[in-house]
Amino acid sequence: MRAAVIVFPGSNCDTDMFHAVKDFTEAEVVEFVPHTAKSVAAYDAIFIPGGFSYGDYLRTGAIARFAPVMKSVSEEAAKGKTIVGVCNGFQILQEAGLLPGAMKRNKDLKFICRTVDLKVENNKTRFTSSYNEGDVLRIPVAHGEGNFECDEKTYNQLQQKGQIVFTYVDDVNGSKGQIAGVQNEAGNVLGMMPHPERAMEAWLGSEDGRNLFTSVYRNWRESNVVTN
Amino acid sequence: MVNVHVYITLKEGVLDPQGKAVEHSLTALGYEGVEEVSVGKWIQLKVEDGEGLDARITAMCEQLLANPVIENYSYKVEREATV
Repeated sequence: MRAAVIVFPGSNCDTDMFHAVKDFTEAEVVEFVPHTAKSVAAYDAIFIPGGFSYGDYLRTGAIARFAPVMKSVSEEAAKGKTIVGVCNGFQILQEAGLLPGAMKRNKDLKFICRTVDLKVENNKTRFTSSYNEGDVLRIPVAHGEGNFECDEKTYNQLQQKGQIVFTYVDDVNGSKGQIAGVQNEAGNVLGMMPHPERAMEAWLGSEDGRNLFTSVYRNWRESNVVTN
Repeated sequence: MVNVHVYITLKEGVLDPQGKAVEHSLTALGYEGVEEVSVGKWIQLKVEDGEGLDARITAMCEQLLANPVIENYSYKVEREATV
């Protein structure tokens, strides 16, 4: 598996993401790819890390989605490549129209930075197959705008098509349906507000994020490596 | 060039946490009879006048200035009076 970690001006979770992919999967290649890159076609999995791209000006992710690299990310998404956006990465994917919904300010208007209980709603995805359905994970969140919003029609579709991948056990930020992570209809693009890449080591508080990276790698391997 | 004022608010029916907080504060300060407070954005730009002005402004709003998933926009064009 060849993996890319996209770096925008203002990304600040890129090295954590790099560490998670590099040290907890067997990816042959993990590379930082700048926002100015014209193509990500050489990669099998593309990770969009958290941060404050372009200072969150206008709206979170609104400027980043027009960065040169995003055109290629959209093209690779359409081809079925694996795309994972965490936190600001999720917001960028929403702005780019690759994932449903939009983020509002948290319901209490505070920046929330703590570890929360996260429930695996759907483990039949390429991102969560190493978890069990209903598993409750300890994963940190760190966001001011994570209040997931969409219209009723979209929400019903998300429910019916198994696109709700993670929910908060408690009402953390006012998100509709306590949604913390969703995938697109095709099941190759995931966005989540909590940070699995910050939950990789027990001595740092939690290693519950590891299985997300394991899942991505295993599913890539199963569909791409022919074994006898 | 004309001055264009773009106003962006959350769509009706989308709960507005900032508007709610402002409304609560106004009530706490003793202002009665205030409801449906909403907080939005005002963006001012100078745009070349001429053919297709509305279409250009609409395109800018839809593509970048507003997020149509949760936001509404409106705009006002202001032409400076010629002396």
